[in-house]
Amino acid sequence: MTALFYIAAVVAVIATVLVVTRSNLVHALLYLVVSLFAVAVVFYTLGAPFVAALEVIVYAGAIMMLFLFAVMLLDVRAEAPLRVPRRAWLGPLVLVAVLVVELIYALTLNDSSLRGVEVGPQQVSASLFGPYVLGVELASMLLLAALIGARHVAGQPDDGGGEADHGGGPADDASDQEAGA
Amino acid sequence: MASVPYSYGLLLAAVLFGIGFAGLLVRRNLIVVLACIEIMLNAAGLAFVVAGARWGRPDGQVMFLFVLAMAAAEVAVGLAIAIRFRQTLRSLDVDDADEMRG
Amino acid sequence: MMLGLLWLIPSLPAAGFVVLVLGGRRLSRRGAAVVGAGSVGLAALVTLLVAASFIASPPPGDAYRQVLWTWFDVAGLKPQIAFYLDAMSLIFVLVITFVGFLIHLYSTEHMERDEGFTRFFVYMDLFVASMLVLVLADNLLLLYVGWEGVGLCSYLLISYWQKDVENVYAGRKAFVITRVGDTALIVGLFLLFTQLHTLEIQPLMQSAAANWAAGSGFAVAAAALLLGGAVAKSAQLPLQTWLPDAMAGPSPVSALIHAATMVTAGVYLIARTHVLYELAPDVRLTVAIVGTATLLYAGFSALAQHDIKRVLAYSTISQIGYMFLALGVSGWEAAVFHFMTHAFFKALLFLGAGVIIEALADEHDIFRMGGLRRQMPTVFWIFAVGAAALAALPFVTAGFYSKDLIIATSLGSVDGSVWLYLGALAGAFVTALYAFRLVFIVFFGEQHTPVTRRPGWRERLPLYVLGVLSVVGGLVWMPGWLGGFHPLESFLGTALPPTELGGSAFAESAGAALLTIVIVLVGIEIAYLLWLRWQAATARFAAQPVPRAIQAFWLHGWGFDWLYERVFVRPVKWFARIARGDLVEPAVGGIAWLNLRAWRALSASQNGLLRTYLTVAGVGIVLVLAIVVLR
Repeated sequence: MTALFYIAAVVAVIATVLVVTRSNLVHALLYLVVSLFAVAVVFYTLGAPFVAALEVIVYAGAIMMLFLFAVMLLDVRAEAPLRVPRRAWLGPLVLVAVLVVELIYALTLNDSSLRGVEVGPQQVSASLFGPYVLGVELASMLLLAALIGARHVAGQPDDGGGEADHGGGPADDASDQEAGA
Repeated sequence: MASVPYSYGLLLAAVLFGIGFAGLLVRRNLIVVLACIEIMLNAAGLAFVVAGARWGRPDGQVMFLFVLAMAAAEVAVGLAIAIRFRQTLRSLDVDDADEMRG
Repeated sequence: MMLGLLWLIPSLPAAGFVVLVLGGRRLSRRGAAVVGAGSVGLAALVTLLVAASFIASPPPGDAYRQVLWTWFDVAGLKPQIAFYLDAMSLIFVLVITFVGFLIHLYSTEHMERDEGFTRFFVYMDLFVASMLVLVLADNLLLLYVGWEGVGLCSYLLISYWQKDVENVYAGRKAFVITRVGDTALIVGLFLLFTQLHTLEIQPLMQSAAANWAAGSGFAVAAAALLLGGAVAKSAQLPLQTWLPDAMAGPSPVSALIHAATMVTAGVYLIARTHVLYELAPDVRLTVAIVGTATLLYAGFSALAQHDIKRVLAYSTISQIGYMFLALGVSGWEAAVFHFMTHAFFKALLFLGAGVIIEALADEHDIFRMGGLRRQMPTVFWIFAVGAAALAALPFVTAGFYSKDLIIATSLGSVDGSVWLYLGALAGAFVTALYAFRLVFIVFFGEQHTPVTRRPGWRERLPLYVLGVLSVVGGLVWMPGWLGGFHPLESFLGTALPPTELGGSAFAESAGAALLTIVIVLVGIEIAYLLWLRWQAATARFAAQPVPRAIQAFWLHGWGFDWLYERVFVRPVKWFARIARGDLVEPAVGGIAWLNLRAWRALSASQNGLLRTYLTVAGVGIVLVLAIVVLR
């Protein structure tokens, strides 16, 4: 189990690095999926099977699929993938290194081993329906808001090909008003 | 279950967060930017789960659930914005949206 | 008692000023005219009431003092807002309000088509109020307030047509030159206060007489400093260069400020503080010399001018020279008499000139006028009356009586002298010459410019009234050999000391008067010959090199402007230019430069790129974490 943790951790890190560095968009997204799977395994090794499943189903499943659908909708193949010069990585890497060091320093002041206890779905559910029920309701409202917002921001579906051809935002708003209610 | 030092889990979270942040600063493709944000959120959730596992309580996982819900909502709206972005500016380069300056 | 209304006299124009400033925009032209001219008219009415009361039953000591309130009380200086009315100030107030009202009435028509109509009356009302404060002031500090006020209004009104920058320069020149005098005046006030500890005029005069011996340094200094102020304000040598340029203002302004009233403030000041001049005989003699020199200088300059208003401007300088001459030979009352008659005929001449200029569509050059006698007969006769009064045409004009009195006094007074007398006589000759030169060139001969506008009743009525006054105004002081009817002298005698006569029998005789009369008539006759009968010959003569040079010299005021430009203006400008790069300049400029650079830098940081902002945020997070973690 401990070995599984370390292997999954390494895979996650490598996959994440690849996400950030691939120039082909779809490749990057697929590597992200791999990274999420690896993190799910890490969750499992930490004794949190519920969130491991959630990670796979929701994150890698739903959210990444959303990404891929958006990529298909945006027809990214039509333009060249954006290349980033090597030199551009230097500054951010330095900054991030400092940040990570700081975070580690801050987070590991109290070093101790994990208790090898599994916290199963039952406990989590009991907690969700118990003390955190308000949070659950709020989360659902958030999702509703996101749903409506996303639909509104992205425009109406029944304008057909007009959406992609129009120039600026105001013109689109006008066409929304014409076609819509 | 694995008996891993607590700090290694947090180290993993920190490293993933850092990679995501670096990618956020460097990459110019809007979709990749959104993906980096997802990476960072995921790392934060990982930190929560590790903390929960350290104390053996479900609270960490509950927090992760909420983070997940929030990430989903954010991705939905973010991608909708990306679609708009593409329509208005004809590209997915984040650097093309630079009119709010001066 | 009507005397209690004294405070209303300056307050009414001041109220008119305030009303026009606050509500001028909401008033129609007619409303502004009613307020502007009406306030001065009301002041004239009140003056009549006050004068009637004062003359019918004179107050004790022949002076009335009305205290309004104490201005301030600091370190022993406690000036009050108080008015002092005696015979002299009453004469001045009567002239200011009446002639002022006539000029205001004239202005309601003359300035009718001007877009700054309300602004004009704002300044005019403020001027009248300040001038009245000046002559009614009980203490020298309040007088100085009025003095400054009229200086300000003079500047504002000279540069009234401010869109043309030359007018503004003229106003600036007037202000700067009178400033020189104002400085001398205030230094004089400082001297008087530190030595005599009061600035109230009557106590001050008594204190000076009691504490300063005749000829003492303080008296001389104080008298000289006050003279400096008077010389600048009254445009006498050597500070006279501003008055001809002040003709850039509208004709009513020239009439009111630069003929009838403000320029006589110097005369008033010297007459008011006559005790100082009695204590400093050398300075008093200087007054007379300045007056005589100025009257001759200006007379010759007027002979060469071709702008109608500049002729009248130099004429004003010359006539005030006569007043100074009178003051200088202790003819205090004679000076006030001449002030009165001069106000009448000079205002008349300026208003007439305004009518002519307006009629010929803004033509100022007399050589482009001509033949107006047939076209505008009424104006011709009125203007001729004014010119005759100026030239002191015998018996029928007011100017004759006052000028003759001064000429006689310049010889007859104990402080008189033959040289002053001869100067005054020569001046009378030149005055007649240039006055009738003006009349003959403008009204006779062939007409060069058509008449396009005629004056209405509001312009004609003041001309008629002033014309009548220019004729009968002198009958209040007839000379001895004509009967000696002199109520004005008796009246003024209650306020001013009489002129001590030095026993020159000739001066008082009919012979001397006959000499004056002959000189004036000869002058008029020669003017007729030169500029009407033998016009062409005169023109040919004037075109010769030497006469032409002399004429150019007189035309430009004997080169004073040229001199002052080189001696004063250029060095000051040079110094200002080289003093620019001093220590303070870069410090102040540096602040602006720094601001600009900081703005540019901050502005550049907002480059609109998301990634830049994120990077900066990241750096911020790192720093904050560092601070927190390393505690």
